[in-house]
Amino acid sequence: MKENAVLQNELNSDSAIEDGLAKLNPERITKVIQEVLYKETGPRFKAYVETCMHCGLCADACSYFISNDSNPKFSPAGKVKRTVWEMIKKKGNVSTKFLREAVHISFLECNVCKRCSMYCPFGIDIAYMMLLVRRICHKLEITPLYIQDTVNSHAATSNQMWVKEDEWIDTLQWQEEDAREEFKNLRIPLDKTGADIMYSVIAPEPKFQAGLIYQTAVIMHAAGMNWTMPSNPGWDNSNMAMYTGDNEISGRIAKSFYETAQKLKVNKIVMGECGHAFRSVYDMGNRWAGWAMPPFEVVHALEFYHELLTSKRITIKEKYRKKVTLHDPCNVSRGRGLHDLARIVVDMTCSNFIEMTPNREHNYCCGAGGGVINCGPPYKQERMDNNRNKADQLRATGADVLIAPCHNCHSGLEDIVEHYKLNMEVKFLGDIIYETMEKKIIHPEDKQ
Amino acid sequence: MNYSFIEFIMGPMVWVSFAVFFIGLTGKTLYIILQIKKKESFIFSFLTLKHSTRSIIAWLIPFFPKSTRTNPVFYMVSYLFHIGLFLVPLFLMSHIVLGNESFQISWVSLNDTVADWLTVLVIMALGYFAYRRASVPQVRYLTTFKDYLLLLMVALPFITGFLANHQVLAYKLMIIAHVISGELMLIMIPFTKFSHIITGPLSRAYTGSEFGNVRHAKDW
Repeated sequence: MKENAVLQNELNSDSAIEDGLAKLNPERITKVIQEVLYKETGPRFKAYVETCMHCGLCADACSYFISNDSNPKFSPAGKVKRTVWEMIKKKGNVSTKFLREAVHISFLECNVCKRCSMYCPFGIDIAYMMLLVRRICHKLEITPLYIQDTVNSHAATSNQMWVKEDEWIDTLQWQEEDAREEFKNLRIPLDKTGADIMYSVIAPEPKFQAGLIYQTAVIMHAAGMNWTMPSNPGWDNSNMAMYTGDNEISGRIAKSFYETAQKLKVNKIVMGECGHAFRSVYDMGNRWAGWAMPPFEVVHALEFYHELLTSKRITIKEKYRKKVTLHDPCNVSRGRGLHDLARIVVDMTCSNFIEMTPNREHNYCCGAGGGVINCGPPYKQERMDNNRNKADQLRATGADVLIAPCHNCHSGLEDIVEHYKLNMEVKFLGDIIYETMEKKIIHPEDKQ
Repeated sequence: MNYSFIEFIMGPMVWVSFAVFFIGLTGKTLYIILQIKKKESFIFSFLTLKHSTRSIIAWLIPFFPKSTRTNPVFYMVSYLFHIGLFLVPLFLMSHIVLGNESFQISWVSLNDTVADWLTVLVIMALGYFAYRRASVPQVRYLTTFKDYLLLLMVALPFITGFLANHQVLAYKLMIIAHVISGELMLIMIPFTKFSHIITGPLSRAYTGSEFGNVRHAKDW
């Protein structure tokens, strides 16, 4: 790559984008754009473009618009104008300069959180159009470096973080061994065919947050669940290909995930506190793999905690006292309506809860999800600038602890808390449950 | 003005306009449904009557969706505008008289004063939309020349109708301009952004179904 190509551009870019752009020629650009916009889409896309009355009402919905002093370029429809409208107008014959901006808009100026769909009078799915632009970028091989690397990892290893098979198994056994020092007979059952639950996580958990697996094992142990974790590829429920427009790999990831559950003959899949992974296996990945709805019952951690607490499988010893607030992740709130269950769980575990405004389906995006944080360090500073309204929203709560039941939100919010000096502790809901629960010891056999 | 020209726009052209309007919109709807069947049949797997209706009704109730409460002025004007847009042409006494003369049918009519005020309201609403397009940055950014043209196309039949009704200037010319601009608008509806009369509810229905049926969440 030319050394100062990045520096010469006003826009933040990276070597994968620049190398990709350098290899493009006008014929290929036109061909790919026409292929995606006219062959891969249908009447839905056409109706969205034709129906948009240019009313600008979607603007208020978007964190980027609010954080950038209402700059019209950042309104959802403004981003469609800067990408899709131009591509349609020029019939795909656009320049590499235009494409550099299109990559930036679709990957770094939109979290595909779908909040704008709730502010458009016609419910136009603008996130879908941004994903179409990402699809075009994918086919032109100009996807940002860091997120493309996670997709490469998915393709080669079936997990997002290049976790090797022995490392995965070893991590689980290591957590089991550690936990057994505290809890006699605790198990992390591997490949237990016919278990009730297959528990699955995203690859960052074994890679650098193994303590979360430990916590879950303790919760499962206390609740006396009949559960298992898979040892073979397919254990990772994350799916970054879903966000890079690499639909083929996205479908493949979801398929191997369901097949893993099928091999284990489990009744349902329970997954950790991750939003995009839930979107993949509940809403999007399944469609690319050919299922309208997932072939397994997929239960997000929020719903699972709710079930454990309301059925009294786990009990709370003493409620958490610090002042907490709750962030509703787009993929489990707008994506699955779990916000009310989450509040029940928070009420059962915390004594001092304060709502952030707006909340539930209307909550502001964390600013990290939708693949934005996965584009990596080159874009961190601008991500922080674009998250200003989230920081304002959090600051207004005056809470000491911020519960974020989603990995992407969690990481992004930690960055925001640090950058804007919010003096908050970011926690998963599982952290709170682990801290407050009665860690009674039950032998799984007793409960069956 | 040539008498036969007036006869043409008052006769065959009326038929043509209504035919284009009805056939155009029906054709467009059918085309969309057929295209969905051909290319995106998955849409039918998620579409439910319950969630489609739920979403459409929610968005028809004034100030029920959150977006309508954050932009109260725009939505109030927009609601009133659309009400006037439908009521005046359909229930205006002078229009009913035309229907009665041609087909011996008649239907309930609007009080003339009410119709007059609704007409003024529609024209003022269009003025507001134009002003908003020019002055609100995020709207101006999206606005093209065509958007103003659309506003003008809606305004013309209302302005000319109002002027003709009150016979303030050049009655004959006004009524001709009124008929022509009305016909032009009917013809244009299926082929311009006016077709959101069809695609709007369709898009709402699908989003409502995705949100309600798949994601168990509200979309308002």
